[in-house]
Amino acid sequence: MTTATQQHNPDAVIDPDAAVVGHPKRPFKRYFRETGWRHLVGIAMSIFAAFPLLYVFSASLNPGGTLVTANSLFSNFSFQSYVDLFNRPQQPYAAWFGNTLLIGGISSLGTVFLGALAAYAFSRMRFIGRRVGLLTLLLVQMFPQLLAVVAIFLLLSGISEIFPAIGLNSQIGLIMVYLGGALGVNTYLMYGFFNTVPSSIDEAAKIDGAGHARIFFTIILRLVAPILAVVGLLSFVGTTSEFVIASIVLIDPDKQTLAVGLYQFVSQEFSRNWSIFAAGAVLAAIPVMTLFLFLQKYIVGGLTAGSVK
Amino acid sequence: MTTSPQTDPGPLRQSARSKRATRIADAASGGWKVVAAKILGLGVVDAIAIYALFVLVRSESWLVAGLVAAVTLLVNWIYFSRGKLPAKYLAPGLIFLAIFQIFVLLYSGYIAFTNYGTGHNSTKEDAVNALLLSSQNRVEDSPSYKLTVLEQLGEISFLVTEPDGSVSIGGNERPLEDVRNAQLEGGVAVGLNGYTSLGFQDIIAKQTEIAAISVPLTDDPNDGMLRTPDGSSAFLYTSSLEYDEAAGTMRDTNSGTVYSDIGTGAFTSDAGQELLPGWKIDVGFDNFIRAFSEESIRGPLISVTVWTFAFAFLSVFTTFALGLFLAIVFNDKRMKSRKYYRIIMILPYAFPGFLSALVWAGMMNQEFGFINTVLLGGAEVPWLTNEWLAKGSVLFVNLWLGFPYMFLVTTGALQAIPEELTEAATVDGAKPWAIFRFVKLPLLLVSVAPLLISSFAFNFNNFNLIYMLTNGGPRDVSAGVNVGATDILISMVYKVAFVGANRDYGLASAFAIIIFILVAGISIISFRRTKSLEELN
Repeated sequence: MTTATQQHNPDAVIDPDAAVVGHPKRPFKRYFRETGWRHLVGIAMSIFAAFPLLYVFSASLNPGGTLVTANSLFSNFSFQSYVDLFNRPQQPYAAWFGNTLLIGGISSLGTVFLGALAAYAFSRMRFIGRRVGLLTLLLVQMFPQLLAVVAIFLLLSGISEIFPAIGLNSQIGLIMVYLGGALGVNTYLMYGFFNTVPSSIDEAAKIDGAGHARIFFTIILRLVAPILAVVGLLSFVGTTSEFVIASIVLIDPDKQTLAVGLYQFVSQEFSRNWSIFAAGAVLAAIPVMTLFLFLQKYIVGGLTAGSVK
Repeated sequence: MTTSPQTDPGPLRQSARSKRATRIADAASGGWKVVAAKILGLGVVDAIAIYALFVLVRSESWLVAGLVAAVTLLVNWIYFSRGKLPAKYLAPGLIFLAIFQIFVLLYSGYIAFTNYGTGHNSTKEDAVNALLLSSQNRVEDSPSYKLTVLEQLGEISFLVTEPDGSVSIGGNERPLEDVRNAQLEGGVAVGLNGYTSLGFQDIIAKQTEIAAISVPLTDDPNDGMLRTPDGSSAFLYTSSLEYDEAAGTMRDTNSGTVYSDIGTGAFTSDAGQELLPGWKIDVGFDNFIRAFSEESIRGPLISVTVWTFAFAFLSVFTTFALGLFLAIVFNDKRMKSRKYYRIIMILPYAFPGFLSALVWAGMMNQEFGFINTVLLGGAEVPWLTNEWLAKGSVLFVNLWLGFPYMFLVTTGALQAIPEELTEAATVDGAKPWAIFRFVKLPLLLVSVAPLLISSFAFNFNNFNLIYMLTNGGPRDVSAGVNVGATDILISMVYKVAFVGANRDYGLASAFAIIIFILVAGISIISFRRTKSLEELN
């Protein structure tokens, strides 16, 4: 019966302005047809989206819990697992956390800096090989470093025979590998944004006697701050959850990142210490999720700005 | 938004005067801070480079040393000469790009043509030494040598007092040499100038390192080696294998079998028995021939490739379909509290991906997982261990992970479609479905197509999800390599190269090259169909 009425009223679905016209107290049938069912979809999707997260959170509050006890949601309320998490000499969670922040932080800062330098050159200067350079960057980004993971491993093990400090099992080595991917996607994203800053600003500064370094560091970088934040955040999220290269480069448990450590933790004692893993997962997710929720507008804007051109 | 070619920042050919003016402006505005930062930065780079050169020359790696020197000179030349602005801005990123992205890709190309892997990871000389070492036995009734363990610059040496009272020093792969000025204590040498003698505590701390050291008695490895079980006395060990350098063969002194180098990278007996470790050799196209002709590898390779494409395509399709549906549902201004739904629905996108996969793996566990025990009341559905259910589960979890992104993106794209188009279509008498199908969807696809392509590329190499959720399993037992039903190409490369006792870097790199060619093909096609190349100016 709803289908019959709907056909007479095609505007109901597509015309958003109807909200303004529509009376606030509609009969239930009409309310349901227009917006009520949307709430049903919304509630269903919210449960789908949020349930696994609630499940982890509840599991983390159930100390000594296994996979089985995690099934009774919110039956217990204790933060003991969070305390236990930091008292496991075999799984140095605090070190993993610190390493992840350190490696992610330095790599994303480096990525932003290297990418911004390159994007400035491509956007503001005309030189031989500029077009070829841009094309090459576009092509290179199609081949992620992941593909060359064997060669990265062998290269680093070769380096560590001569310079152990930057070879295998070294965080500096890992950061250097991550910086290898700094150009590519990011430069392209930034290049698009740099182009939207009018070059008359540069010229005005030039006339006032500013050199290229001053223009770049004090004028341009401030104007493109939003894209720098987006690239920095995306690269931070990317490096903190990167597993493949981190798992082959970092060998000592004390040097590993959260992704590598937590994966090994789960694969070693999958169901026994589920609540401790859950506590670790909750703590690991908090910084990233907070950043995401606060900056979601910029991220979405940045994502679409880079690709929809 | 950036389609219009931006205005040129300056005339292409600057006159000599304007160049000079720029230079003067640069010099005037930079100030001493910029100059100081530049000198400091270059100083650090040069110091590191000189240290690296020093070490490289000492270890006689001439090629690498030459490269380091060339790059350092180039960097100095770029930053100390005038002009060359683009180079100044591009050099740092390009150096990292060249080493850790371009070089490693070419290097994997080279590895694909070798037999690099477990048992074949070094030179022939190293393999001979390793074989002689591993077959060592203590010479019966041989005298014991008094020993003091010395250390110099992190390198451990043995100071040996022979039974006749003469003193000599040697180390790993450094044959014994006589020394005269050792400090003696009761006829036993206990120290030497320039070296630190290790005490009992130090020896305990470096136990494994010291136990692994074997000092050749003379230049000829067949004469035997000195090894120590306790750090205070050493014994003579000889190998049961004997290396004949002239003929290039290994002979087992116990059985008399002769193993010879037949060009496969290992000493092989006439009966076909190999002595491992062997060494690394170039094998030409062998790895590719193995991948395409050996049934136990070709079968899995084909099924993994097909699954990779299916997985990437279906992931994009399902996430986009759900995201678009939700975007349409929530793109209605009459609806209240849309903001709250929106925040809850992007939670999966904000949660770190590798953690989500691990959590879902727990929830889908066959015996104890939440889905089976609670939602299905104790059923034992093999979500992750049945071949087809595992594929479905992977897609389902990826839908959970990916729909928020598509929802955000399509919402943005829908809102960017001008309202007038809908109104015009309505006036022309179009039904809602027709408006969506013929007006909105085409416009939407134009703006999100690049995002769909990059989402496809991302899922094509979505290692974390596969590896953390199913570990690629359930394993295909008939396959000659370690692969399972849900493995995608990149996780197969990883498993062949790094998981299990038998690592095969050569074969893994050959697989990587195959992916490389596939990806190149896809990107050429997608570039031809998008106009992104034409927009570069």
